[in-house]
Amino acid sequence: MTVDETLLRTLVPRVTGVLVRRGADFAAAEDAVQDALVEAVRTWPTDPPRDPKGWLVTVAWRRFLDATRSETSRRRREVRVEDEPGPGPAAGADDTLALYFLCAHPSLTPSSAVALTLRAVGGLTTRQVGEAYLVPEATMAQRISRAKRTVAGTRLDQPGDLGTVLRVLYLVFNEGHSGDVDLVAEAVRLTRQLLAAVDPAHDARPEVAGLLALMLLHHARRDARTAADGSLVPLAEQDRSRWDTGAITEGVEVLQAALARDRLGPMQAEAAIAALHADAASVAETDWVQVVEWYDELLRLTDTPVVRLNRAVAVGEADGPRAGLAALADVNDAVPRRTAVEAHLRERDGDRATAARLYAEAARAASSTAERDHLVRQAARVNQG
Amino acid sequence: MAKYLLLKHYRGAPAAGNDVPMDRWTPDEVTAHIGFMNDLAGRLEAAGELVDAQALAPEGTWVRYDGPGRPAVTDGPFAETKDLVAGWMAIDVDSHERALEVAAELSSAPGAGGEPLHEWLELRPFLEQPPTITE
Repeated sequence: MTVDETLLRTLVPRVTGVLVRRGADFAAAEDAVQDALVEAVRTWPTDPPRDPKGWLVTVAWRRFLDATRSETSRRRREVRVEDEPGPGPAAGADDTLALYFLCAHPSLTPSSAVALTLRAVGGLTTRQVGEAYLVPEATMAQRISRAKRTVAGTRLDQPGDLGTVLRVLYLVFNEGHSGDVDLVAEAVRLTRQLLAAVDPAHDARPEVAGLLALMLLHHARRDARTAADGSLVPLAEQDRSRWDTGAITEGVEVLQAALARDRLGPMQAEAAIAALHADAASVAETDWVQVVEWYDELLRLTDTPVVRLNRAVAVGEADGPRAGLAALADVNDAVPRRTAVEAHLRERDGDRATAARLYAEAARAASSTAERDHLVRQAARVNQG
Repeated sequence: MAKYLLLKHYRGAPAAGNDVPMDRWTPDEVTAHIGFMNDLAGRLEAAGELVDAQALAPEGTWVRYDGPGRPAVTDGPFAETKDLVAGWMAIDVDSHERALEVAAELSSAPGAGGEPLHEWLELRPFLEQPPTITE
């Protein structure tokens, strides 16, 4: 029998929270929990505990004491920590939430916050996080310990900003997946866990739900986004029968419940756009007028060049390529993908020579090989026509 | 074992034998080319010979230190005349002959008309650690 690692990792923030409330500092508690996880993966298959969380707390606390003792004896200091602590207050959602806030602390850079969240909240090992972001384990270990030093003085009971947590989870989701851990699925799991930990009456909760809905709706299309040879399949060409209808249904339900609270934010607006795509049988049957309305709403909430660019795409579909090109005039030239969008609109407007030139130009500016290869193929296709 | 870097150039290499820009190929020829490259990398990995393969964006910047407390001096994007690396593949192989063989295979990737590119690749040995036994 193997250990259900996902189930195991759901216990991580709560176990860390228990250690911190017993007096361990966050960095040491987090290290001790990692050690306990390694031990669990090793011993649980043959000797599963009756109370997994209690087991983890016991082992992690022992590890913490061992580490503290060797550290203190090394520095010739007194042992300050009691062996047998009294039982702390019941662990629960509060600890989990506190760890989310700590790991997304505004003093951390985005890459540090992402790494720390995946380890201290997600329970991934440093090796797994390193693999996922294609950096050596030693580099990732340094990034994580630097992050832990940065937040060392922060107390766990301070309320944090849910917005920063959402941005970190959005980053984990959006950067995709590699290595032996599926970061997309991990982001969904962490967002789901966050939603469960946030007070139902919290004003920012609808945005947490909005992010979960957004993830589910995009996650639903993932299999259809890449062909067997790894190449990108654009939305218009995706085999929609391969979309995960279960994830779409759940995403729409989560979103509708969030919208009913009447606290609209950018995550909910983005999810609403994703829901309109998920709802359509084809590009032609998509309710582009409503998509444009949601982009107008999103622009009001957060006026970014990327939102303007995506709005121009939607306008192109709703009102034709000329209108799309007009909307594109408001988008800064330096925005990634702008050239590719213009190429598409020029092609639809019948200007194939310009489209081919722009596709080739966009390919040179692409930030991933999959995107570059896709754009080179577009240029080749238009040149052949 | 010896490590080698295979460098592919956007500019600065002698012209390839089959020198048609990629956006002038047919989409199927582009797909065939990418498939060949992925397949080769997969085979080298399976053979235990692949160290790393990366592609680079064509736009880059020259940077240098300009003294304490001053911002770095930059120059670029690179002028058209400069040598420009497009990407690399690092391999760990048993012999120089094997390295040449891998480079030649990479250069045989199909291009326009499905014909081999005959592209010039730069093969550079890594400087290694000094050996333990020296006498």
